[in-house]
Parts: sequence; C-alpha cells; structure tokens
Amino acid sequence: MPQQSSDAVILTNITKTYGETTAVKDLSFSVKHGELFGLIGPDGAGKSTIFRILTTLLLADAGVATVDGYDVVKDYREIRKRVGYMPGKFSLYQDLTVEENLHFFATLFGTTVKENYSMIKEIYEQIAPFKTRRAGKLSGGMKQKLALCCALIHRPEVLFLDEPTTGVDAVSRKEFWEMLQRLKQQGITIVVSTPYMDEADLCERIALMQSGSILSIDTPAAIKHAYPDELYAVKSANMHQLLKDIRQYASCYAFGEYLHVSGISENALAGYVKGHTDVIIKKVAPGIEDCFIRLLLKHE
Amino acid sequence: MRTLRFLLEKEFKQIFRDKGLLPVIFIMPVIQLLIMPLAANFDVKNINLAVIDHDHSGYSQQLLAKIGSSGYFRITANTASFPEAMKQIESEEADIIIEIPANFEEQLIKEGAGPVYLAADAINGTKAGLGSSYLNTILADFNSEIRMKLLPQQANTGIDIRSSDWFNPYLNYRIYMVPGILVILVTMVCGFVAALNIVREKEVGTIEQINVTPVKKWEFIMGKMIPFWIIGMIDFTIGLLIARLVYGIIPVGNLFLLYGFLSVYLVAMLGFGLLISTYSDTQLQAMFVAFFFIIIFILMSGLFISVDNMPVWGKVIARLSPVTYFIDVMRMIVLKGSGFNDIKIPLLIEIVFAIILNGWAILNYRKTA
Repeated sequence: MPQQSSDAVILTNITKTYGETTAVKDLSFSVKHGELFGLIGPDGAGKSTIFRILTTLLLADAGVATVDGYDVVKDYREIRKRVGYMPGKFSLYQDLTVEENLHFFATLFGTTVKENYSMIKEIYEQIAPFKTRRAGKLSGGMKQKLALCCALIHRPEVLFLDEPTTGVDAVSRKEFWEMLQRLKQQGITIVVSTPYMDEADLCERIALMQSGSILSIDTPAAIKHAYPDELYAVKSANMHQLLKDIRQYASCYAFGEYLHVSGISENALAGYVKGHTDVIIKKVAPGIEDCFIRLLLKHE
Repeated sequence: MRTLRFLLEKEFKQIFRDKGLLPVIFIMPVIQLLIMPLAANFDVKNINLAVIDHDHSGYSQQLLAKIGSSGYFRITANTASFPEAMKQIESEEADIIIEIPANFEEQLIKEGAGPVYLAADAINGTKAGLGSSYLNTILADFNSEIRMKLLPQQANTGIDIRSSDWFNPYLNYRIYMVPGILVILVTMVCGFVAALNIVREKEVGTIEQINVTPVKKWEFIMGKMIPFWIIGMIDFTIGLLIARLVYGIIPVGNLFLLYGFLSVYLVAMLGFGLLISTYSDTQLQAMFVAFFFIIIFILMSGLFISVDNMPVWGKVIARLSPVTYFIDVMRMIVLKGSGFNDIKIPLLIEIVFAIILNGWAILNYRKTA
C-alpha cells in the first residue's frame, strides 16, 4: 500500500548484473517527495540501469525498490501510470510530428493534451511554432523539450530523466535546468542523471556514483564542505613537467588551465615547484568534481 | 479500445509516411506477379539441336523435317562428325546432339528398326530432360508412321492410351504458378514487414517509451498485427485482380472460403513475424532470420516441386510450414473449386499454426527485460 509519508523513491540493496559485469552493486538510497535529485557519475557507473529498474523496464537480481510507494515488481502497472521517463536516447517517433507525438503519448496514458496542458504549457510554447514538423527534423534542444513534454503529459508524480543534457548545447542545457527548477516548484519529484559535474550544483541532493556503487550522497554543499584538505590551483609555463613533478608528492590532476593539488601544505607545494617559471599558486574552494576525484582515489 | 484506435492510427500514419515502405508493400508484389510467372516457365522451347546425318536419305530428311516442324527445336548446326557436334555443345551453341547413322533408311526398311543416337547437355537438367523426352516422343511418332506405311495390317494392335488433363486442360504452367506466387508475395509482405516494423521500434528505442506507459501487451500487439493483416488482405485482392485481368485466372471456388482461409493464414504468418521480432534486437538480424525461414518455406512449399515427390524428410519440412498448406488450398479453391469439406483439414492445421506461433510470440514478448 502506498504510504504518502514515505519517500518518493526508495531503493534497498538493489543489485543487477549483466552476465559477468555487475552494473549495480547492493545499492540503497532514497529520494524525498518533491526533491530534485541527481545521480552523478561517468558512463558505466550504473545510472541508466537504476532508471530502468525504477521505471519497471528491468528486473533487479536482488533488492527491493518502490516508487511513490509502489513496488517496482509487484505494482508495475501503478508505477507506469505515475512516472514520466525520458531515456538517454531520443526515443519518440521521428516520423510523427511534434503535435502527433504529444497526442499519442497523452492517449497512451489515458489522458488528453488539453486536460494537462497547464503542466507543459511553458515548455510546449517554445516548440509550438514547429508543431507540424516531424520530430526527426527538430534540433537537439527542441527534441529534448518535446521529449520532456511527452514525459510530463500525464502529470507524473515522479519524473526520471536519464542524461537529458548529454549532447545538448550549453544554452539549451542551461534552459533545460531552468525548466527543471520550475517543474520542481509544481511539486514533482525529479530524479536526473548526468555525467557533467557542473550540473551537480543545480540539484538539491546528489549521489556520486562509480562502478555501480555510491561514493557519497548528500547535498552538493555538504559534499563540498566535507572535503578534508586544502585545495590549491597551480599553474606554470611548463604544465606537463609541473604535473610530473608534483605527482611524486601529492594528488594532482588537470583542471581547466590549472592543476589542482591537495594533500600537502602551501609551503611544501611552493618548494616542489621551485624549478618552474611563471608560477601561480592560489587556494581554491573544492568543487563537486574535486570531491568526486578524491572519493574515487580513496575508493581505489 | 481508445488506446488501440490510437495505436492503429499511429501505425497507419507511419506506414503511409514511409516512402521506402509503401512501394515495397503495394508496388513490388504487383511487379513480381507480372514478371515471375512469365519467367518461371518450365515449358522448354527453342532447344538448339546439332544434327549429324550420316545417312542423307529420304527417311532421315523426313525425320529431321518432323523434328524441325515440332516448334520445340531449332536445328542450329549440321555437322559431319560427333566431335564437331560436341564442340557445339561445349560452346553452348547446341543443347542436344542427334546422330543418324549411315544405312539408317536401309536398316529401317530391311530390319524394321533403325538406331538413332541422342546426346544432351545435362548442365541445364530441365532442358536436357524435357528436350530428350520431346525428341523421344517425336521419334516414337515417326516410328509408328513408318510402321503404318510398311506394315499397315499390324498398325492398330496394342493399347491406345489417351489422357486428358483436368482443371488445367492445356497444361498452362502459369495457371498452376500464379496462385502459388500470389501466396508467396503475401507471405513476404506480412512475414518480413511485420517483423521489421516491431524490431525498428526496438532499434530506435521507441518501444522503451511505449513500455513505460500503461499500454497493455495485447493492445500493443494488436496495434501491430491489424495494420499488416489489412495490408495482406489488400495485397491479396490486388494479386487476385491481376491474376484475373492479366492471366485470365478466375477462381472456380468460393471467394468467401478463400478469404476465410487467407485471414487465418495471415494471422499465422504475422505471428511468425512477431516471433522473429521478439528474438531480434536489430532490423538486420530480423531480416536475415526471416529470410532464412521464408526461403525454406518457399522452396519446400510445393510451389515449384510437388511435395508428393519429396523424400520423407522433405515432406516433414514441408508439412511444418504454414505456407505449404495455403499454396495447396489456394490451388484447390482457385483451380479446382474445392469446397469447405476439402479444405477443412488444412484449415484446422493453419489454425493450430496461428495459435502456436502467436502464443509463443506473446509469451516471449516482454515489456520488462
């Protein structure tokens, strides 16, 4: 029975293997009602597998999961009425028009576009000028908006977005996240995955994932706050040599035009880079990517 | 029901927008039905004959004239020796050699018998076999003519065999082939196109999007089957019209019976397509698997070779194919005018095929991986 008080999505000890490969290992986490939750991790971390299990497309080998209080195995019919899913790959009918796709999916969910228009109005208005165009002929950003409309047309309780911004230009990505913020205000629970660390800060809570396991799960601010060391950005005329020199003593990796170094004091660092010219050393606040790399190194 | 109606609407929209698929569904069968029966003709005409006449007598001339006037043979070379005639065979200018020995006439008159040697190029087995048998018939005919002349009192002894060919009195090959080819065309369109259509949804990923909706399994499957069932019916009707207008084949039997059988057959073949699609992940895979089975179905169906002439294992394969029964029934109803009682057993078998193939496909089709 659904319990409105409990969390929107709950995973308990979920495991899924494909032959020899373990995609998801004994995973447990939960997402609160109305939360914008991010699964952050590189390709192959197991993000899509989690989505497919939660949207009842895939059966887990072990563990229990519920969405909006319904069991993903037993009550899959209920879940299919209540969730919106946008797969990583654009999977609407390319040979149907924008309008036809929308009407088609509305009908499959037993509703009409008119009934739930308020839900998608803001997004749909942006693609409405192209409503008679075939979906296959839309640009990447437009396709994304149409897919989001189709996933929202039945007023889902929980929205699952699998890498919605992969392969989308920077402007469309920004717009997309703004749309998600507005949807959140309407009370929809949103679970979104992304390989881009910079998008993590836009979520309320995130789970950093690697190889089917969660490295850390918290608000972006708390994860950054938990970074234990001082972090320095270093730059010199010969970056390649600089990386090699510092690596001997401390954790060091390229980050934009700088190298990020942690695990040593500023004085020690200054000592190691003595032989270099045009040296700049500055203290920086750790970002999600720094946290992720640190967790990864610790994990290994 | 509303969902199913929308699924059908979507399917038809997609079919009619697919500029590559439409000709495959509607024009290709027409063209094939116009071309294939004309080409697939086992009547052998224009057999090239190399003649070696060592006798140069009145009888040998008469014999050659008789062969030449039969309409089946063209005497392309008159050579003096067998090796020379053999060269004609080697260069593919002749198909059969006929050698008339010296003293042919003399022997024929004196001894009442004269040898003639035939050699056929058996690389084209049909041409060699049929050509030799035509020649044998002509020779036998010639033989009896001579006997009549030489020994008139003995001419009318022996059994006189007369045969009459029912349902296809002129042994017109097309009348036999067109109904069969029509079955094959409907089979190809339904078996192939339906299988590819579902796999395309898998390949493009749209099936994923459909699977997270509350659409029921039977709705989705019916949404796929009904359009291709209708297309199969339309294709068959077009084919039947072509058979009538172009080949003058007017079904002797009951059309309702024919369409009744067709409707069951289409369900069986669509189930076959659906089954393939549940096992394939890409259109290429589905294409090759469907191709493999359909080639076997066609070759073993009795379209070209009568099932009765097959070895036991061949008969077993033929009996395991739904195509075999329909070709049989098609010929029975169209050419013979068979009634319900004659086709009730194949109809029952076809129903069993439809149930097994569809049941298997539905069990194997899962919305959850």
